[in-house]
Amino acid sequence: MRTALVLLLLLALAAVPGSLVPQQERQPAQAADFRRNNPDLSNVLDTLGVFNVFATPWFAAVYLLLFVSLAGCIVPRCGQYLRALRAHPPTAPRVLSRLPEHTYWIAPAADADDALRAAVDVLRGRRFRVAAGPGGDGWVAAEKGYLREAGNLVFHLALFGMLVALAIGNLFGTTGQKLILQGDGFTNTSTQYDDFTPGTLATGDDLEPFSFRLKSFHAAYQPTGPQRGTASAFEARISYTAAEGATPRDARVRVNEPLEVNGTKVFLVSHGYAPVVTVRDGKGDVAWKGPVAFLPQDNNLRSVGVVKAPDAVDAKGRPDQLGFTGLFLPTVQLDANGWVSTFPAPDDPVLVLTAYHGDLGMNSGIPQNVYQLDTERATQFRNADGTPYAKALRPGDRMTLPDGAGSLSFDGIRQWAGFQVARDPSNGTALWSSVAMGAGLCASLFVRRRRVWVRVRPHTGTDTSSGIEIEVAGLERGSSDRLGEEVGEIAAELRVRTLAACHDTSNSRTQERP
Amino acid sequence: MNSNSLADQTLAQLSNWLMYSAIAVYLMAFLAACAEWAFGNTGRIARASATDPAGSVARDDEPSAPVGGTTPGSTSVLVPTSTTVRRKAPPGGHGAAGDSPRADVLGRTSVSLTLLAFVLHAGSIVTRGLSVARPPWGNMYEFSTAFALAAVGAYLAVLALRKNVRWLAVPILLSVLLTLGLAVTILYVDSAQLVPALHSYWLWIHVSAAIVSGGVFHIGAVVTLLFIGRDRWEAAVAKGRAGGRLATVWGRLPSAGSLDKLSYRLNVLVFPLWTFAVIAGAVWAEAAWGRYWGWDPKETWAFITWVAYAAYLHARATAGWKGRRAACLGLIAFSTFVFNYYGVNIFITGLHSYGGLPTK
Repeated sequence: MRTALVLLLLLALAAVPGSLVPQQERQPAQAADFRRNNPDLSNVLDTLGVFNVFATPWFAAVYLLLFVSLAGCIVPRCGQYLRALRAHPPTAPRVLSRLPEHTYWIAPAADADDALRAAVDVLRGRRFRVAAGPGGDGWVAAEKGYLREAGNLVFHLALFGMLVALAIGNLFGTTGQKLILQGDGFTNTSTQYDDFTPGTLATGDDLEPFSFRLKSFHAAYQPTGPQRGTASAFEARISYTAAEGATPRDARVRVNEPLEVNGTKVFLVSHGYAPVVTVRDGKGDVAWKGPVAFLPQDNNLRSVGVVKAPDAVDAKGRPDQLGFTGLFLPTVQLDANGWVSTFPAPDDPVLVLTAYHGDLGMNSGIPQNVYQLDTERATQFRNADGTPYAKALRPGDRMTLPDGAGSLSFDGIRQWAGFQVARDPSNGTALWSSVAMGAGLCASLFVRRRRVWVRVRPHTGTDTSSGIEIEVAGLERGSSDRLGEEVGEIAAELRVRTLAACHDTSNSRTQERP
Repeated sequence: MNSNSLADQTLAQLSNWLMYSAIAVYLMAFLAACAEWAFGNTGRIARASATDPAGSVARDDEPSAPVGGTTPGSTSVLVPTSTTVRRKAPPGGHGAAGDSPRADVLGRTSVSLTLLAFVLHAGSIVTRGLSVARPPWGNMYEFSTAFALAAVGAYLAVLALRKNVRWLAVPILLSVLLTLGLAVTILYVDSAQLVPALHSYWLWIHVSAAIVSGGVFHIGAVVTLLFIGRDRWEAAVAKGRAGGRLATVWGRLPSAGSLDKLSYRLNVLVFPLWTFAVIAGAVWAEAAWGRYWGWDPKETWAFITWVAYAAYLHARATAGWKGRRAACLGLIAFSTFVFNYYGVNIFITGLHSYGGLPTK
C-alpha cells in the first residue's frame, strides 16, 4: 500500500508539467510560441519530453509501475476473497466482551438450543451469512457486507479496463481533420484528409466508406452586450451517403452533436471564411481563381491566409509566380494596433493583402504548407517610396500590381467548416470500465463489512437454578456508529424471540426478576 | 435565439439584488459567528482538563445508549458498550459558545441568518437561470456562486443531521464571503447566452456534479484543517503544555478523533460523485470533441485532483500515514481542486477557457 501511495502521488506530480507547458500535439501553435520565447529552457524541456508529457517513457513508467503494484496487490486479494466466500464466518472469540460492541442479558427459563436457533433465524432474517458452533457452549457466528471487498476488487480491476481502453484507442483508433469549403465534399479515405493520425496499428485503409458534402454553414453571434461577438450557435448542414452508392441523406452537425456513421463520428470543430479571388497575371490571363481558406486568429475571426498563383507569367510571358499574403477581417476596424476585426460576422469585410513575385518554391517538388508563403527567393512588390505595396479590398475591389505584373480581384466570400473525423474502438471498453469503476467504488466505500456473534451459555447465578446467559457482540473494521445500533437491534429482536419461546414451553411458570 | 426581453432583464436584475442581499446577510451571520467565539468560553470541563491533563479521561465518542433497555420481560444486566481509550486526550469541546448561554444565542442567530442568506442565494441562482433559460453555471461568476451555495448547503446539511458543527461557521462563511466577493467584483459578467460548446444537457450533469463535489470537498478540507490544529493542541496538552496562542479555539472544538472521522466521511461521501463528474466530463468530451480524454489542462487537473483524493483515501488506511500526514494529503487534494478552478481557468488556456473573463 505504501508503494502504491507513493506512486499515486508521483503520478499526480508527473501530470502537472503537462498542464503548464503547452503540449506539442494538442496545442502546436502555443508550443511553438513557448519555444520561441524560451529557447534555452525549451532545449532542456525537450530532452525531458515535457512538450509531450503523456507519451514520455517516464510518465508511462510511473503509471505502469502503479499498475504492476496494483496487480501485485489485487491478484492475491481476489484469491483471498474467493476463499472467504466459501469459508464460514470465523468462530466466536473467547471473550466477547472485549469487542467494541457488546451486550448481554440473562434469560431465565429459556432453552439454550432454542436461543441459538432463534439467533440463527434473526441473523438470517437480516441477511447475514451464518455459521453455528457445536452445542454445549454454543455460539453463532455471522458476517455481512461481502460486497465491500467485491466492490473494491471490481474498482481496481476496472482500472485495468481503463488501461486496456487507452491501449486500444492508441493502437487502433484513427482521427483526421478536414477543412471543407461551403459546397465542397469529402470522401472518407486517408488521402483526403488535411491531417490524418492513425493509431500505431491502424492502417487507414479500412476507413468507413462514407462521404459528405457541406451544403451550408450557419453561425449566430451575440449582437450586443458585454459578450458581444461570442458565438451562440454553429451549424453545418451536410448531405451524406453512408456507403458508396447509398442514397444521400441530409444531416445537421453542431458542436456537441456529431454525425455518426457506423461507429465513425464527424465533429464540427472550427469554421472560418474563404475570400473568393481571381488572380490575373502579367498577360491578363486568369492564373488562379477560387476561394482560399483563411485561418482565424482570434474570437472575432481576424484571419490570415495566402493566395498562390504558381502558373502566373509576367508581361513578357516568362514564368513569374505570384503570391499574396494578408489578413481577412469580417468586420474591419483600423486602430493603433493595426487592422483588427471587431465582430465575427462579415458585416464590413475587408481583405488586406501584400504581394510577392518571383520563385515561390512551388515548382521545387517539396510539399508546401498551403497556408504559408515561402518568400525566401521571392521579391515583395513595393511602392514608389520603397514601402511594401499593400492594399485593403472590399468585395468587388481589385488591386493592380505595380509594373503591370498582374492584378487580384476580391469577388466574394465563402464560409468553410473544419471537421474532425474520429473512430475510437475503445469507447465501449472505456465506458463500461468507468461504470464498473463507479459501482465498485460506491460498494467499497459505502457497504459495511461486519461480524456479529451470539453466544449462549448456562447461567451460573447465585439465586436462579435455571436460565441462560445470552451475549451479542459485533465487530467492524473501521468504527461506525451504526454497528452499535445494529447489535442493539439484533439483541432486542433476539430477546423478544427467546421470551416468546419460553412462554410457549412453560405457560405455567411466572416470570421472575433476578 | 437571443431572448433579451424585458422580463429576462428584470429577472437578471433581481438575481443581482438577491445576490447582494445574500452577501449582506452572510456577513451578518459571519459577524454573529465571530461574536459567538468572542463571547463564548472554553467550558468548565475542558478548562479543568487543560490545566490538569493527566487527571482527565476522555473518550472519542459519546457512549452509545444501552441496548434493548425497554424490552418488556426478564432481565437485566445492561452494560454500556466498551470504548477503548487510545490516548489520554482532553475531552471534545462543546463548540464555539462553550457553556455561555449568551454566546449560544449568538451562535443560533448566526445559523438562522445563514439559512436566510442561503435562501436568498439560492433565489439569486434560480432567477439567474430563469433569466437565460439555461443552467446558471456557464461562466466563472455563475460557477463561483453555485459552488458557494453548495458549500453552505453542505454545512447546513451536516448541521441538520443532528451534528453540532456550528464551530464550522466562521471558516465556512469567511470563504463563502470571499468567493462571492470575488464573484461579484472580478468574475462578474452580465447574464447571456452560452457558447455553442456548452449547449448540451451534459452541462446539467457534469457541472452540477462538480459543483456539489466542490462544496462538500470544501467543508471536508475546513474540517481537516481544524483537525490538524486540534490534534497538535491535544498532543501539546498531553505533554503538559498549554497548547499555544489559539488554545481557546482548539479547546472548544470536538476531539481530534471525531474531527478526523467527520472529514473522512465528508470526503468519502463525495469522492464517488467527483469520480462521476470526471467520467461525465469524459463522456461529454467524447460527444463534443471526439475523444473522451485528451489531457486538456482542465482534464489533467481533474485527474490530478482525483489521484490526490485517492491517495488521501489510501493514506487513511496505511500505517505511518494515518492522522496528520493523511490530513495534509487531504488539504493538498483540496488545493488541487481549487487550482483546477481558479488557476486553470485564469492562467492556462485550454478547451475549458470560457470563464467569460474580460480578456487582458
